[in-house]
Amino acid sequence: MGQVVIASRLSDGRVVFLRASADAVRPVEWVLELDAAEVAAGDERAAELLALGEADAETHQSVIDVYRIDVEEVDGCLRPTRFRERIRCCGPTVRPDLGKQAVRGGHADVSL
Amino acid sequence: MYRYDEYDHALVKDRVAQFRRQVARRLSGELSEEQFRPLRLMNGLYLQLHAYMLRVAIPYGTLDSRQMRKLAYIARRYDKGYGHFTTRQNIQYNWPRLEETPDILAELAEVEMHAIQTSGNCIRNTTSDPFAGAAADEIEDPRVWCEIVRQWSTLHPEFSFLPRKFKIAITGSEHDRAAVKIHDIGLLMKRDASGGVGFEVIVGGGLGRTPFIGRTIRDFLPKEDLLSYLEAILRTYNLLGRRDNKYKARIKVTLHETGAEEFARLVEAEWEAIRDSALKLPKEEVDRIAAHFEPPAFRALDSESPTTDARAARDPGFASWVRHNTVAHKAPGYAIVNISLKPVGLPPGDATAEQMDVVADLADEASFGEIRVTHGQNLVLPHVERERLSEVYDRLLAAELGTANVGLLSDIICCPGLDYCTLANARSIPIATEISKRFADQRRLDEVGDLQIKVSGCINACGHHHVGHIGILGVDRKGVEHYQIQLGGSATEDAALGKILGRGFSADEVVDVVEKLVSIYLDLREGDERFIDTWRRVGQGPFKEGVYDAA
Repeated sequence: MGQVVIASRLSDGRVVFLRASADAVRPVEWVLELDAAEVAAGDERAAELLALGEADAETHQSVIDVYRIDVEEVDGCLRPTRFRERIRCCGPTVRPDLGKQAVRGGHADVSL
Repeated sequence: MYRYDEYDHALVKDRVAQFRRQVARRLSGELSEEQFRPLRLMNGLYLQLHAYMLRVAIPYGTLDSRQMRKLAYIARRYDKGYGHFTTRQNIQYNWPRLEETPDILAELAEVEMHAIQTSGNCIRNTTSDPFAGAAADEIEDPRVWCEIVRQWSTLHPEFSFLPRKFKIAITGSEHDRAAVKIHDIGLLMKRDASGGVGFEVIVGGGLGRTPFIGRTIRDFLPKEDLLSYLEAILRTYNLLGRRDNKYKARIKVTLHETGAEEFARLVEAEWEAIRDSALKLPKEEVDRIAAHFEPPAFRALDSESPTTDARAARDPGFASWVRHNTVAHKAPGYAIVNISLKPVGLPPGDATAEQMDVVADLADEASFGEIRVTHGQNLVLPHVERERLSEVYDRLLAAELGTANVGLLSDIICCPGLDYCTLANARSIPIATEISKRFADQRRLDEVGDLQIKVSGCINACGHHHVGHIGILGVDRKGVEHYQIQLGGSATEDAALGKILGRGFSADEVVDVVEKLVSIYLDLREGDERFIDTWRRVGQGPFKEGVYDAA
């Protein structure tokens, strides 16, 4: 479906996603919810978002390890296509009470 | 146990203050991530899939109740209420915040703990026999030498930037409970013909993508020569070890490429030059350290334990627990108590803050305040009166710490895997928990007996799959978790690497395959053979046929 830019927040290591904003000074926000991220429909926009994210990481030093992941829409929610990123965006499958899944809902698709 | 002197206190406190300043400079943007990363790693702080991970050293797996309570407090106050005990006898926290890490380290320093050298290409925490100071079969307490190695290796200027990380394990009895043959250096205590105590020196063991069982480069090293000999090994490795390829940088590859005989010759030559240097510790210094490990004041007890025997006779659960989780102690009337961190269906090695507090309380009430962490990811109360086993068991049961499976099939060593780890290719914990659920029945566990299953989520082999009787390795096959199975490994004095059974299996198939392997073993077992004994007798063939022909 598209791509989202993902990173780790420096202060606490939590997984965050990029949302482009209209702010002229800092045109990037880092949000905790995948569904609030901007989804780049094409490669060109994905590259733009990644460049924005990397520039922001460099300038503001608030996130690290910026990269792109593929996402799809399942039941109205965004979901990474790669298994590893799905776990990153949910939390440990063995502790459904921890991580983003504790707020966002479970791991139905990755149970053993 | 060892208590910090003024130098230890000063060193650890200085490091906390230094790291606090480094974190502040990172958060302000003054330091880049590239500059900061090696600094945080030197303090045990990694970045994992969901958050940072802090690895705290538990020197040679020994801690006291006060330290365990502090670990519980940190889990509660700074993390998510639990910690994970590792195969290197350390503890890892999975959710600490960078901005709070200096506070965590300051809390640890209050109880003589830290995270120094739990990461990076340096000499890591020296591990040991979790039954040290209590085992009936022990020659001497190996922790005296572990502590001497700790002091020698802490911030050792020559060995702070080795080609790769370096792990030492020391055991004090001939039965190896510290997996010394899969360490960079393994030291197996023994006596020579004249009764003198020393070590067999084993070098170049290790797992990961290139597994090797260590090679003995010296049959007997008098214990007083330990430091100069270790320095000679490290110096030889530091010069020869490869820095061009991190996958070939461990001493196991150096030893393999140089040849064990040639490597030993180089070490001996270096040793000749330094053996009578300041590294030869004066007896008074060794005695000073040894005094910290004097046994506690054991009571003179009868070796009979009627209360325990009576309950065991009427309570099969308790009888299983006594049989599997307690071990002979050197003092009459005492037992070593293993506390399983492998309850059915839960992640191996995890303990909640509440459980840590219970263990600390029990240590105070029934084990002279002492606790150990095992390389099998369990805990130990080393000195419990046999007549109090019933009482201790009840308290453990109430805290969900009474699983009677130590050494059995569901006592699985397991890495964090893809549930937490950035390096992993597949999950390992769900494999372990599903196996434990399938084999939850105590009678069945008892019937199968001694069987070591070890699970890793990638080829780095933190779950020791190469040395499991049944080893399970998770791989990524076209984006799907897939598992290879190996049989015949061992991590003790008869250490061996397992052999791959054949094509791998999907996550859904693994537990069935384990069950099939167990049933093949039970069919073939003669007398009281363990799984590994049967496998060694009949070989891979019947297991392979049974698993693949049936499919």
